[in-house]
Amino acid sequence: MNYLDEFRDRTAVLGLAERIKGLTAGRSEPLSFMEVCGTHTMAIYQYGLRSLLPAEVRLVSGPGCPVCVTPNGYVDRALAYSRLPDVIIATFGDMVRVPGSSSFLMAERARGADVRIVYSPLDAVALAAKYPERRVIFLGVGFETTAPTIAGSIIAARSQGLANYFVLTAHKTIPIPMQVLAADPELKIDGYLCPAHVSAIIGADAYRPLAEELGVPCVITGFEPTDVMQGVLMLARQVLEGKSFVEIQYSRVVKWGGNPRAQEVLREVFDPCDADWRGIGTIPGSGLRINEKYAAFDAERVIPVAVEELREPQGCRCGEVLKGKVTPYDCPLFAKACTPEAPVGACMVSSEGTCAAAFKYGQ
Amino acid sequence: MDKDLILLGHGSGGKLSHQLLDELIIPTLSGVPLAGQNDAAVLSRDGRRFAFTTDSYVVDPVFFPGGNIGSLAVNGTDNDLAMVGAKPLWISAALILEEGFSRRELAEILRAMRQAADLAGVAIVTGDTKVVPRGKADRIFINTSGVGVFDHDLEISGNGAQPGDKVLINGTIGDHGIAVLAKREGLALESDIQSDCAALNGLVTELLEVGTALHVLRDPTRGGVATTLKEIALQSQVTITLREATFPLKASVRGVCAILGLDPLYVANEGKLLAIVAPEAAPQLLELMRRHPLGREAAIIGEVTTASPGKVELETVVGGRRGVEMLAGEQLPRIC
Repeated sequence: MNYLDEFRDRTAVLGLAERIKGLTAGRSEPLSFMEVCGTHTMAIYQYGLRSLLPAEVRLVSGPGCPVCVTPNGYVDRALAYSRLPDVIIATFGDMVRVPGSSSFLMAERARGADVRIVYSPLDAVALAAKYPERRVIFLGVGFETTAPTIAGSIIAARSQGLANYFVLTAHKTIPIPMQVLAADPELKIDGYLCPAHVSAIIGADAYRPLAEELGVPCVITGFEPTDVMQGVLMLARQVLEGKSFVEIQYSRVVKWGGNPRAQEVLREVFDPCDADWRGIGTIPGSGLRINEKYAAFDAERVIPVAVEELREPQGCRCGEVLKGKVTPYDCPLFAKACTPEAPVGACMVSSEGTCAAAFKYGQ
Repeated sequence: MDKDLILLGHGSGGKLSHQLLDELIIPTLSGVPLAGQNDAAVLSRDGRRFAFTTDSYVVDPVFFPGGNIGSLAVNGTDNDLAMVGAKPLWISAALILEEGFSRRELAEILRAMRQAADLAGVAIVTGDTKVVPRGKADRIFINTSGVGVFDHDLEISGNGAQPGDKVLINGTIGDHGIAVLAKREGLALESDIQSDCAALNGLVTELLEVGTALHVLRDPTRGGVATTLKEIALQSQVTITLREATFPLKASVRGVCAILGLDPLYVANEGKLLAIVAPEAAPQLLELMRRHPLGREAAIIGEVTTASPGKVELETVVGGRRGVEMLAGEQLPRIC
């Protein structure tokens, strides 16, 4: 067993496709299932899974790409920090090409800003230790999967006595926006393919209000092609049986209670807060901010900077793409004014963005 | 956005690179349209054809499993000549060294250049050395140029693919890019991943045996197999259909790609060639490849149709279908 072939097996995938076809044949209204997580979006495009599903099943991409939902104002603030002479910006790679109101980090780097791509926030802590005379600001973007490692970096910096490590946070949590979208009558979501690795942290119980109170079937689904197809089959079955509950397809990783240690680290460093989602707006209680105990590490509180006036790009439909209301192909800028080389919206930048996936893998 | 800035993406070999070439470099320096561009220029004088090419090498790290910047610089230029069907004869070597670079490491790189040249049967006949202050270059950059001649009248060009043709590759994909990445990032992987860096002119000489049936040769370096085939589909105005299940791929490369979220189809190769050949000659070409040390794992990975000109389509391992586009932006920085 190599943990890849088993989950990319052609016969298994085609067999699942047949069963989905059999279950949904003859429906007048197609079933709309939203895959919330960007990694699902990529897998669906990369393996051409839409081409295997019947017309009765529609997969809709949701807001689960952390870079994509990060608002322009955040990027503008990061750009302003990058122009301060003693600052090193440390970030995951995807952020460096996200456009702000008038620039992006890669362009600031070409002009002389010190912007470094790291693979772990602990690399950023190491930078702070190496350059005590500089201020290192890590761009803390991501959902519950990423947030614990960033919380861990703050704890590490504190225990090392570092006074020059800061995090500019835009962390978001996933279940509340799923509830907001489920309540949107324009969307008519029949079921959620719930994120795989976020769920490993927060646990399957987190989706109970969605399934049990709002009546939206939820299946926590892995990222391999057989996982996704099986997740779709499980959702279709729930809908056809008139049920809505939480199921774990990705049982090799996800538990009902999640990862208690990671949850503890999150609670140690972060408090829930309201958060701005690009395209969706402010959602109460859907973000994480650094708490009072660790306030000295919060870039926004500690390092004042003048941020330019916010300008949103003209014509970009990222917001609607993020809500699954339109597909990338419906946006007038897609593949014309907006390409991965010269992105207008963040959905075209991130490797998990819906527009980037649609551009790279076509239809 | 400031249009004046040159960004790293302009050197990625993907779309931004093409834009810079089309909008600035080619119109200013000469008028060769993109459709006429191949890995080397083919020039005629007094009834004889020559191939001429140049390339600069800036790989980081300088030493990687399976080679170093020296072997890469010689093999890369050698391969650019071989991909138009030329026999490489002479190459130049221009070194840009950063102050403080190690003489011992330079000696190792030069030995690798010499060894690669000897293996490929080319001579390094001229060169140049510059040293720049510390911080003005990253250890060592190498430029090589090369001249080749033709022993035949065949036209091998990116615009030669015809409907019905088969697409062949001489072995596993993605080895070079992943070897360099693993070394640079210090990924502690228990793996056998070595760069495939090698001179392909010997293999090409054998492939030329199939004569006019051989339509296109191209080495899928930066941007990988996907970008290269997309270029060919555009140049030849044909559709290329690939079957993912037929791609030769090392289990270790596939594993690293799965962990890091990379698509091996976009990862660089330095010892691979894509050959597009008339269908009746495909079995012979496959046999010729497999008999050669650099082609033991050769495979037929797709075919040429007319369904939608300029498109590359893929049947995925699980039987789904999707389009294949050029590398957009950077997948991995500085791999060659």
